[in-house]
Amino acid sequence: MLNELMKKNTLKGGAFIVEDSNPEDIFIPEDLNEEQEMVRQMTKDFAQQVGARGGKIANQVQILDEAGELGLLGSHIPEEFGGMPLDTNTNTVVSEEIGRIPGGFTTTYAAHIGIGTLPILYFGTEEQKRKYLPKLATGELKAAYCLTEPSSGSDSLAAKTRADLSDDGRNYILNGQKMWISNAGFADIFVVFAKIEGAHFTGFIVERDSEGLSLGAEEEKLGIKGSSTRQVFFENVKVPVENLLGQKGKGHLIAFNILNVGRYKLGVMSMGGSKRCIDISVKYANDRVQFKTPISSFGAIQYKLAEQAIQTFALESASYRISNLMQEKKEALLAEGNTFTEAILKAAEEYAIECAMIKVSGSEIADYVIDEMVQIHGGYGFSEEYPAAGAYRDSRIGRIYEGTNEINRILTVSMLMKRAMKGAFDFAGPAWAIQKELASKSNEEELKGVYASEKKAVGDFKKIILMVAGAASKMQMEGKLNLKEEQEILMNVADIMIDTFNAESVLLRVEKLVEKDNKPQSQEIYEAILKTFITDATARIQKNATDALVSFSEGDLLKMLLVGLKRFTKYQPTNVKVARRKIAKALIEANEYCF
Amino acid sequence: MKFLVCVSKTPETTAKIAFSGDGSQFETSGVNYIMNPYDEWYALVRALELKELHGGSVTIINVGPASNDAVIRKGLAIGADNALRVNAEPNSSLYIAKQIAEHAKTENYDVIFCGKESIDYNGSEVGAMVAELLDLPFISFANHLDLEGNLATVSRDIEGGIEVAEVETPIVVSAAKGMAEQRIPNMRGIMMAKRKPLSVVEPFDFADLSVPVHFQLPPEKGGCVYVDGENMDELVRLLHQEAKVI
Ligand SMILES: Cc1cc2nc3c(=O)[nH]c(=O)nc-3n(C[C@H](O)[C@H](O)[C@H](O)COP(=O)(O)OP(=O)(O)OC[C@H]3O[C@@H](n4cnc5c(N)ncnc54)[C@H](O)[C@@H]3O)c2cc1C
Repeated sequence: MLNELMKKNTLKGGAFIVEDSNPEDIFIPEDLNEEQEMVRQMTKDFAQQVGARGGKIANQVQILDEAGELGLLGSHIPEEFGGMPLDTNTNTVVSEEIGRIPGGFTTTYAAHIGIGTLPILYFGTEEQKRKYLPKLATGELKAAYCLTEPSSGSDSLAAKTRADLSDDGRNYILNGQKMWISNAGFADIFVVFAKIEGAHFTGFIVERDSEGLSLGAEEEKLGIKGSSTRQVFFENVKVPVENLLGQKGKGHLIAFNILNVGRYKLGVMSMGGSKRCIDISVKYANDRVQFKTPISSFGAIQYKLAEQAIQTFALESASYRISNLMQEKKEALLAEGNTFTEAILKAAEEYAIECAMIKVSGSEIADYVIDEMVQIHGGYGFSEEYPAAGAYRDSRIGRIYEGTNEINRILTVSMLMKRAMKGAFDFAGPAWAIQKELASKSNEEELKGVYASEKKAVGDFKKIILMVAGAASKMQMEGKLNLKEEQEILMNVADIMIDTFNAESVLLRVEKLVEKDNKPQSQEIYEAILKTFITDATARIQKNATDALVSFSEGDLLKMLLVGLKRFTKYQPTNVKVARRKIAKALIEANEYCF
Repeated sequence: MKFLVCVSKTPETTAKIAFSGDGSQFETSGVNYIMNPYDEWYALVRALELKELHGGSVTIINVGPASNDAVIRKGLAIGADNALRVNAEPNSSLYIAKQIAEHAKTENYDVIFCGKESIDYNGSEVGAMVAELLDLPFISFANHLDLEGNLATVSRDIEGGIEVAEVETPIVVSAAKGMAEQRIPNMRGIMMAKRKPLSVVEPFDFADLSVPVHFQLPPEKGGCVYVDGENMDELVRLLHQEAKVI
């Protein structure tokens, strides 16, 4: 088993920009087995049962209890602590289906099982785990996570809440204020970050009935109105010293590690939400008649339906790919003798870049899909009587919490640079090879094989990343550029990375699908998705790369880099109109997302 | 108490139904399958409830090919104790009923449940045939069933009211809406399902008395045409020229 895992060509975190993967190395949703499909159906049935109830704060406790009965709250928790742990891919299926629930329950759920429970699972002492996890796994206890404060959001380590040891040394005394706390209204336990003596950032487990703990009113929010969001005040709250979580001064380890998994899940849930909204969009477009014909027969609407599906397909391909990378890493780490929690934590840390990327693309693709859902509904999209309006407002939070998308873009690039610098994979070699390639004449070799042009295009995207990032880091080393101060460039590079990862994930999936007999659509449809995505990604990448290059280079260097860019964006565009019509036709016939 | 639940596999309710070009076969590609909802939601769940009340065991039986195992395992995930699949490609209700009866005759089940119909072929035949073959009482379309010792009280909807019958077990019952409510299998159930016994036996040799020879779709429903209430001439014209009914 160990040998098998070691032999397998598992991609390291961030290494996708310098290494190619094979279709057989990746996991695609079409690989899910019978048991995983059964878990999907179960979660789908649950989501159906929740329905509109998810949109009311008053219902959240009841729905969490129902989820607990089905085992949906214990799927990350080992059996010894009352859970029923699922493998990463099965948990991905669960997140996807939970993502379909409208109105805010997804936030309630994620805050409970993720940021609320995982800090205790990953960093708790044996006693803390025994005391809390079994009840968190069933939902008997509900959890919340208190990091953000009124004056510290993105800059979360600047928290002002403080903790001081009591004179008798038995308690920490917490004072301060937390803001935007999901599940605050009903949570039984709060994972709280505070600075011991105003200096050492540390995590604590605080029980709800602690004296001095009080709540602000429910926030009047734009969306996810079913999710409870309140301020939490701490006024001389006594927290027993045994409730310190992790180590004194090491709260940042908890906060950041938890976020990796949370970001990944947010991306996956956005994918589930997008699929739901596509289902609703297609049905509406098929039912709504204008000019004596269903509006789904209009090219403008078909464009929207197809584009919703193409982007969601890309998100789905990337999600399951990352899921399986984490799963394989976890298994390898377990085989090497790591504990369950070490293995999960290290696996998520390894793919922190991918987790940040999927958070950004998931939340933005969902927003795109849902914006078009409103448009497809016309005036009815603006009415609360139809599901589009609510979905539109609910979706918007995805770009803000779990680290804003700006913060996650910055992290995507800075973590990549750090990993390259640390030698996690060879960045300099391939970057240097690109420099040499740029200096030589381009040789137009003939492309052969299935999807050869698409493979080349994805390879070229990677070269663009290496070219842009390589040139920028060179200038940085020469002291001519301080990338930290050039966030615009970081945003550009992050976007190119995201497009590249998603494009490669679609490519590998569509390649792998060639061998699958029992797929819901013909290969031709998947090919249409692939070619349209690569065509559009090429244009986006070209724009982002140009923006980046003109921002930090000029003269001959700029000229050379632009010539290089041209060389790497030669993908012959496909007939996107025909391709999208094919995709739309499949959707219209199936009357739902059908890939 | 021993309960047997007969389950079948049917296309999902939203599946697109198509037949091969010559109409001899149902087109299976792209079709997702589920357990027949009447079997799952009503028959199986009521059997489980009765087992929880009175003790005993619940066995699932299906007559079908290996590709039906996924549906059978869902039944195990929901809570059945074990399952039996008669490995065959059945073509008629009688064939299925004979296989089930052959199995059941030596097993002394107290109640044999089936759904009131399968949502694909809608025959409502298997239950009655099994009862006949085993020479047992049969109550169709039952929406309520209580057991007290070996006395079963069963009610069913009839035109304009409800009929309540008392009958001594063993019996065969076909379950309709109202008998129970859908149970979503929990995670533990799903994980346990593969550890529960699913035995496969070869069919008894029975010749089918009938074979389906042709399928076709119902004629497509025409669109609805609204005619202005004032415009009687147009209505008459449409009824005469288009619908050709007057
Ligand atoms: C509904 C809801 C639920 C939430 N639930 C929780 C919860 O359960 N627990 C919890 O602890 N927190 C929670 N949050 C808080 C959330 O994580 C923060 O709102 C988020 O991290 C952003 O912080 P902020 O609101 O202070 O915005 P700011 O940090 O002030 O950001 C404002 C803008 O500036 C940008 N920005 C900030 N810093 C930088 C930088 N260095 N470079 C470039 N751009 C920058 C941001 O991207 C953003 O566009 C929740 C928030 C909401 C709205």
